[in-house]
Amino acid sequence: MNTTAQVLEKNKDRILEKWMQNQMADPSLREDLMTNDELQHQSKEMLDGLLRAISKGNYDNIYETEFEQVTDTLRDISITRARQGFSPRETGSFVLSLKQALIEVLVEQRQNDTSTLYQEIMLLNTMLDNLSIVTFETFIKGREEVILRQTDEISEISTPVIRVWDGILALPIIGTLDSARTQIVMENLLQEIVNTGSNIAILDISGVPAVDSLVAQHLIKTVSATRLMGAECIISGIRAEIAQTIVHLGIDLSNIKTKATLASALQLAFSMTNLEVRRIDRNKTNKLLR
Amino acid sequence: MIVMTKDTMDIVREQDVVPFRNRVREFGTRIGMSLVNQTKLITAASELVRNMLKYANGGKVILEVISHNAKTGIRLTFSDQGPGIPDIAQAMRDGFSTGRSLGLGLPGAKRLVNEFDLKSTPGEGTTVTVIHWKHGR
Repeated sequence: MNTTAQVLEKNKDRILEKWMQNQMADPSLREDLMTNDELQHQSKEMLDGLLRAISKGNYDNIYETEFEQVTDTLRDISITRARQGFSPRETGSFVLSLKQALIEVLVEQRQNDTSTLYQEIMLLNTMLDNLSIVTFETFIKGREEVILRQTDEISEISTPVIRVWDGILALPIIGTLDSARTQIVMENLLQEIVNTGSNIAILDISGVPAVDSLVAQHLIKTVSATRLMGAECIISGIRAEIAQTIVHLGIDLSNIKTKATLASALQLAFSMTNLEVRRIDRNKTNKLLR
Repeated sequence: MIVMTKDTMDIVREQDVVPFRNRVREFGTRIGMSLVNQTKLITAASELVRNMLKYANGGKVILEVISHNAKTGIRLTFSDQGPGIPDIAQAMRDGFSTGRSLGLGLPGAKRLVNEFDLKSTPGEGTTVTVIHWKHGR
């Protein structure tokens, strides 16, 4: 009697045909993201690899070397699909519809031998279930990579250091100030102090939703580091409710210069650098010119 | 005391803090709590949830809208299975910390809310319950 691998190998073309049919019949097929030729190519590559792997007699351990090519192909496909924006369902149906095709062909071929068929189906089931686990693992990993990349991008764009005046830097902090953010904020700020030779930095916390003791501790650290560099630090954007909360919490910010708005912080910075902003009396200047 | 709405959140990592705070804010807005009171409650909640993460590797929070004597408020119950607090009086003192922080978390949170209750059994865990009324001081 032929082994399962031999039966499947003999009917390879039929399996591929059925598999393609299954995939095409799926209403969730994304023809917009991938051409049918591409799909056919991927499916063929996967099936070839799979048949080669089971021809060695290994049906249950997909972590053995003969399965390496199959899992590699599968990982490749899943990660590409994750990046292309396929849904988990669309990605998972690739390997799950293969299971259906394989079983259909086996049922055709083993009509007279139900006990063998039963065992074969059990084996194939476990194997393909394991392969779909690999698919999902990789798919989720692919998505997580996208998320991680976005997190990095967010933390980069959310900490700009602005040069508002000669010698005065402003740093608007938006979002929650956690340890990692503080590190980035501090690095950017200190670097910019060196680059521009500024001696005043304004930290604006209008965009920080809640100031708890951890956030306060991070702010105090940033201010101390700035002072060590010889620059003075002003914290602005302290809203009324934040002020009350800080007092109740018992955080001592008394030796740090704080202001309610960025405008008043800038004014303080001007007076510290002996600058003055004045309204020009046009009439007076006109008279002088005349 | 009547519980009107109830919700539970599991806190297991740092990333859970922000959604949790937003949840508390949502509850506050729903009962019409003023911005100052909302901020106080959120800050206290933030302190307690951070303690939970730092010292007990996370835990569970129950959020409830409660009504008592015609007053509406929010009750938050933080429970963890961490090492517990051996000396509560010491932990409630300003500036005391075993974790190199400012040491204002627990006493600060107590000052921010209307009612504060801390129960802890060393080796078993800690439960902190806070209540803040809609028109809290």
